[in-house]
Parts: sequence; structure tokens; C-alpha cells
Amino acid sequence: MKKSLTWREYVITRAIKVSGYSAIVFVGLIFFFLLREGLPVFGEVPISTLFNTRWYPIEEYYGILPLITGSLIVTIGAALVAIPFGIGTAVYIAEVSPRWMREVLKPLVELLGGLPSVVLGFLGILVLSPYLRVLLDLPTGLSALAGALLLGGIAIPTIVSIAEDALDAVPRSYREGAWALGATRWQTIWRVTFPAAKSGVLTAIMLGVGRAIGETMTVMMVTGNAPVLAILPGSILSPVRTMTATIAAEMGEVASGSVHYHVLFFIGMVLFLISLIVNIAASSVVFRSKKRAERILS
Amino acid sequence: MQPADLPQAKVSIQDLSLQYADGTESLRGISFDIPANQITVLFGPAGGGKSTLLRCLNRLNDLTEVKKLDGKILIEGENILDPKTDVIALRRRVGMVFARPVVLPFSIRSNLTYGLELAGERRKSRLTEAVERSLSQAALWEEVKDRLDDPAIALSGGQQQRLCLARVLALQPAIILLDEPTSGLDPISTGKVEASLQELKKTYTVVLVPHSVQQAARTADFAAFFLQGELVEYAHGEEAFTNPKDQRTEDYVTGRFG
Amino acid sequence: MKRFFSIDRDIVQRLGFSFLTIMAVVTVVPIISVVIYIIVQGGPAVSWEFISAMPHDGMRAGGILPAIIGTIYLTIGTAVFSVPLGIAAAIYLSEYAPDNRLTQLIRVAIINLAGIPSVVYGLFGLGLFVLFLKFGTSILAASLTLSIMTLPVIISASEEALRSVPQPFRTVSISLGGTRWQTIRRIVLPEALPGILTGVILGLERAAGETAPILFTGAAFFLPRLPGSVFDATMALPYHLFVISTQVPEMPIQIQYGTALVLIVFVLGMNIIATVVRSRARAKRQW
Repeated sequence: MKKSLTWREYVITRAIKVSGYSAIVFVGLIFFFLLREGLPVFGEVPISTLFNTRWYPIEEYYGILPLITGSLIVTIGAALVAIPFGIGTAVYIAEVSPRWMREVLKPLVELLGGLPSVVLGFLGILVLSPYLRVLLDLPTGLSALAGALLLGGIAIPTIVSIAEDALDAVPRSYREGAWALGATRWQTIWRVTFPAAKSGVLTAIMLGVGRAIGETMTVMMVTGNAPVLAILPGSILSPVRTMTATIAAEMGEVASGSVHYHVLFFIGMVLFLISLIVNIAASSVVFRSKKRAERILS
Repeated sequence: MQPADLPQAKVSIQDLSLQYADGTESLRGISFDIPANQITVLFGPAGGGKSTLLRCLNRLNDLTEVKKLDGKILIEGENILDPKTDVIALRRRVGMVFARPVVLPFSIRSNLTYGLELAGERRKSRLTEAVERSLSQAALWEEVKDRLDDPAIALSGGQQQRLCLARVLALQPAIILLDEPTSGLDPISTGKVEASLQELKKTYTVVLVPHSVQQAARTADFAAFFLQGELVEYAHGEEAFTNPKDQRTEDYVTGRFG
Repeated sequence: MKRFFSIDRDIVQRLGFSFLTIMAVVTVVPIISVVIYIIVQGGPAVSWEFISAMPHDGMRAGGILPAIIGTIYLTIGTAVFSVPLGIAAAIYLSEYAPDNRLTQLIRVAIINLAGIPSVVYGLFGLGLFVLFLKFGTSILAASLTLSIMTLPVIISASEEALRSVPQPFRTVSISLGGTRWQTIRRIVLPEALPGILTGVILGLERAAGETAPILFTGAAFFLPRLPGSVFDATMALPYHLFVISTQVPEMPIQIQYGTALVLIVFVLGMNIIATVVRSRARAKRQW
């Protein structure tokens, strides 16, 4: 009786420990398989071709620069939308709105975060892009701008949710101290609360924008999918093609093991590394500020 | 340093030293015997090492980060600090009541049967018998016998603490450790707990960290005075409070510090 | 002078607050409109036949049953793998993990898993499950891919729920002769269950709505029958919406909106269940 109990306990504890390490294993596996399928590209395509401005796989042009610029312009556009509105909404929810409204608004914004991106892309095709075409008198509304607006909408819930948590975590005594010195609530927000929550807000922005870079279905559906180099600010109004959309659109049609297949995995590798950098940067901001908070408290 | 006529020892602590991982030293070279079927009181100002010693007696300090642990604690001749000790069996033999009543989020009955069920006891008759016996010993039976299946959290603070005592008694341990068990209770509940301790010592060995000098004086058969990790004086209860040998003990019991 | 100053500050504050209010309105109103718009547009298309019949005429008529069933299969498949693994990992982090570099590495890995683009999960699933392990384009491969993507959500939420269980419960249980696992199984897990459940549902909600990870691992453009085994490919609601809104010419618009409506009802329904579970558990909690 006693013996079997400890034996069971031992097995369960082992299983739990192994599961604990699973996250590391999976990150490692993902990286390994991207390398395995993506690295052969360097033996098959000259680097000069890879970092060229022409993406036309049928004729073996594998220049990924248009895809990178496409991702960049859409992401920058999304950031320009999401950062001010996301932070403004977070400040409003945390500092201006009454408590009951916070209980309504926050779940509502997080609900948007739960909407499948394919639904937003669908509305982008049927509602947003026709509207943009008429409004801006464009040949097609399926453009970087449509992608940027929708991606902004996708990044906003992440930004609002994390930034609001950070603002809410600022101790009340900070605010009361500022009010006691005669500052208005408005001054207190920008001179005391916001600076105190800065690192959390920064994390929010990084993770929100990080989500926008990785978003696939929405951009594939609304950006028009033209792999042209987008460097002028004016390109925001023309169709572009992002890295994610390229993988999603073309992987289904390539033969596994072909050059094209390896190039698509190589693009996946680049995306993986970008997300790795963004997330490590974001989490190091969190860890650093946590340590600072612990120092203050002790 | 212990009373010459100490009854037969249940626990023998030999040169026990303990240092926590954060560098604070908590016990320094403690040696004394805890007699069977008596109430031994560990008293002194906060930070003296009383609770630490208590937590050594059932190896609950395994849960904290301890840097250094030397010496021996013999319970009926067996050194429980030995790494080969079966700590689970030890904790069933050495029960503990904490300062704040922590009832588990179950019914009153399940709180009492919890320890026995962990030990693998499934016989209904045994469990029922243990519930009634332990509640009676903790002077709680009359108050709760009609609502054993109510959530334990619904009890008053004093009742909750007696339930915690009963929960320990249900396991029929040899030794009961109590760490300021009445610190959150009103005088009436405190009186009930103290009264049951006097009953319990007939069956069990009781080690109590009291929450005041008065309580120490009221309950102690033997009293050990701890100051900054050292055992300063160990004597018969009455003697320690009316005629202490050490100046520091006298200063403390007369209220000059602490 | 002083008076002017304070009026000035008042006006600034009032303008500032109005500005923030407008920003919040501009952010929130589209969210509500999107949901309402889809309900209004898609409502008329949804009928019993729509959700219970097979599609026909090149998907331009009939129902979307295989897509609904497929999404249910994929959600269940994801849960089978990710729920036990995620909860076990959360138990490790909350109850066993020492505070050291390795544990910090685990946390960084979880944060990174959460941030990897969904299409990269698709590539990974293609590389490992479809090709290397030879599961083919199948429910199994897609479910495994989705579960790894869901894992960080389940781990984080479950760990938070486990940590919120008061420490003294554990101390008491150990002091009564409980082993660590007995303590977890009898006290910590039951008390954390509602929080864990909320996290699980939110994670699965994400999996149910995803398209990119299943594109090359298990999604079928069109299947005239229901999948027969885990090695079959399957239709799925999000992929189906993508297909009928971009790949099929002359697709009746009502069917598109109807599909979108069924998808958001499915996903937001899970979201609402999660919210209800959470708030009911909070009201019932004894500590």
C-alpha cells in the first residue's frame, strides 16, 4: 500500500517535470525544423538573388526584399494606428472611466482580440476596401492601407489589455501624492502614472506590434498580394505582399523539397527570428522592471 | 541546563543549530529534553527561534530554504533529522496547529478525515469514529455534531481553530505542536482551547508556543525561554515564572522588555 | 493671475479627457459594429439546413456541416493534446520549479511560443507532423500543430490560477502527512479548476478560429463527406470562410456572411462561457 503510493507519486512527479520543460523543447523543435527545411536554400539560390527586388518564383526569381518591405509598410501603418488608439483607450479605461465602465470595456476590447483574423479579412474584402477605393479614388481598395487598418485593429486589444494592466498596477499612493501637491488628474496621468507604467506600456506596444508582424490571414485577404517593392510612403495606397501572406498563399502549391519550398521555409525562419527578438526584448523589459519593483519594495 | 527531576523524555534535542538561506541564524546550539505527557512551553520575544524549533520537530522546515542544519532531534530514540527518515510518517506522528486557523475548503467532516484519507484509510466506520472522537477531544462535538457536512469556513474563528486542533487529533499523533494557537481568538475561545490542552496532555505530549507570558504561565508544566536563537533557561513552569534563575528571563517575565 | 491659471488647467484637463473619451469610442464602436453587422447580414442565411446539410453546387448552395464538424473535431483534438500537457506544465511552474535560470528559460520559451506567427506554426506542423512523422495532411497533424500554438495560453492562465490558491492550504496539507502530489490533487487543483478552465477555453477559442496553422497541415478545400479518421483531412469553419470569400467565384454573399456568423458564434460563444465560468467561480470562492 505505502510502497505503491510512493511509486505512483514518483511517476507523476516525473511526468509533471518533463511537461514543465515542454515549452523549451517545442521552441527548439520549431527552430530545428525551420532550419532543416530552410537552410538548404543557401546551396540552391545565390544570396544576391535572395536579397533582390523581384519575387517571381515561377521564373525562379526569389528576391524577398519586396516581401520584407511589404511586411514593414503594413506593420508600420498598423503601429501608427494601434499605438495612439491603443494607449489612448488604455489610459481612458484605467484613469478616466468609472470602475463599472472598466468592467464592461475591457472584456469588450479583449473580445475583439478573440475574433478570428479570417473574419476581419472577410469584412476587409467586402466592406473596408470598397469603401477605401471610393473614398481615396484608388484603382483597388485592396492595399497596404487596408491591411494596416485591420492589423491595427488586431494589435489594439493586445496593447489595451497589457497597457491597462500596467497603468492599473501603479500604486494609488503615487497618484494621491501628486494630487496632494495640487496636480490635476490630467497632469497626474502624464507626469506620474504614465511614466511609472512606462515599461509595461512599452511591453504592450512591442507585443501588439509583434502580433501585427506575424498576422497572416487578414493581410493575405486584403493587401492585394502584389509582390512589388514598397519603399515610398505612397506605397501605402498600393497593393503589397507580406512575408506571412506569401508563405500562406504559396506553400500549398509547391512540391516539398523544391527550391521554392526551401525559400518559403527560409522566410518562415526570418519571421521566427523576428518574433524571437521582439519577444525576448519585450520580456526583458518586463523582467527588468519587475526587479526594480522588487528593489523598491524590499 | 534542565530541571533535575524531568520526567521521561519523549523528544531529545541535541546541539541543534539552524541557519536560513537568507543568512539569518535562527537556532544556536539548542539542547534539551521534552517530557512525555506534559505541556512544554517555548516562550520569549519574537524572533527567538521558537517557531523554527517547532517546525523542525515535524520537518515542516523542509519547505523553507535552510542553509545549515546541525545536531540531532531524537523522538523516542530515533533521529528525525536523518535524511532517511520517512517524513510523511513523522508528520502523522507529530501534528501541528498554526497561529491562524486554516480550514481546508471542504466540509467540517472532510477537514477531519483529510489526514486519514491521505494515509490510505478508507473504512467508513474508522473515519466516522475518528470524526466524533477528535471533535470531542477538541471540545467541539456538541457545537457541530448536527452540521458536519456544512462548509468548515462557516464556523466562527474560535471554532475553526478548535477544528484545526481536532484535525490533528484525528490522526492520533504522539506529539502535538501548537504555534500561538490562540493569537487570533477571543478570551472565551482561548479558555476552551487551554482547557482542552490540559485534557490532551494525558494522552499526548504537548509543545506550545504561547501568544503571551500570561498564557505561558497558565499552561506550562515545563517552560523554555528562548532569546535570539538561544535557550536561556529551562525549568518547571512555576519556577520559570516566579523564580527565574537568569536575569534575562526575569526581565522578560516581569515585562521589562519583549 | 492664479485664477486664470487654474481655469486654464481645468480646460486642459477637460479637453484632454474628452480627447481620450473620443479615442476609446473610436476603438470600441467598430468592435461592436463588426459583431452586429455580421449578425444582421448573416442572420437570414442561417437556417437548420445551413448548419446541418452538406454543401452542394460547388459549395454555392446547401449547408456547411462538414466545416462545423471539422472545427469541432480540430478543437477536441487540440484539447486532447494541449490540455493535459499545459496543465502539467503549469503545475510544474507553480508547485515544483525552483527559482533558477532554467525556470527563467522555460518562461522565456513560453513567451516566445505565444509570439510565434501562426503561419510559422503551420510550416513547423508541415515539416514535423505531415512530412517527417508522415501523418499526412490530417486532423491529427493539424490538431498537434494547433495544440502547440495553444500551449502557452493554457500554461500561463493555469499557472496564474494555481498560484492564486492560498499558500497555507499547502502547508496544512503537508503538515497532516500529505505528499506534494496529494496536496496538489486534493486541494490545489480543485480550487484552481475554474481559473484553469477559463484559460483552457480561451486557448481553444484561439485554436478554433485559426486558419494559417491548418492551411498545410489538415485543412481541406472541399470534402463531400465527413472525415472518417484522424488521418483524414477536414474542412474547417475559418478556412472555409477564407475559401468561399476569396477562392470561389460567384459565391452567394449570404452564404459568406452566414459562415462568418456561425464562426463568430462558435468562437465568441466559447469566450462568453469562459467569462461566465470565471465570474461564477469568483462569486463562490471561499477565500
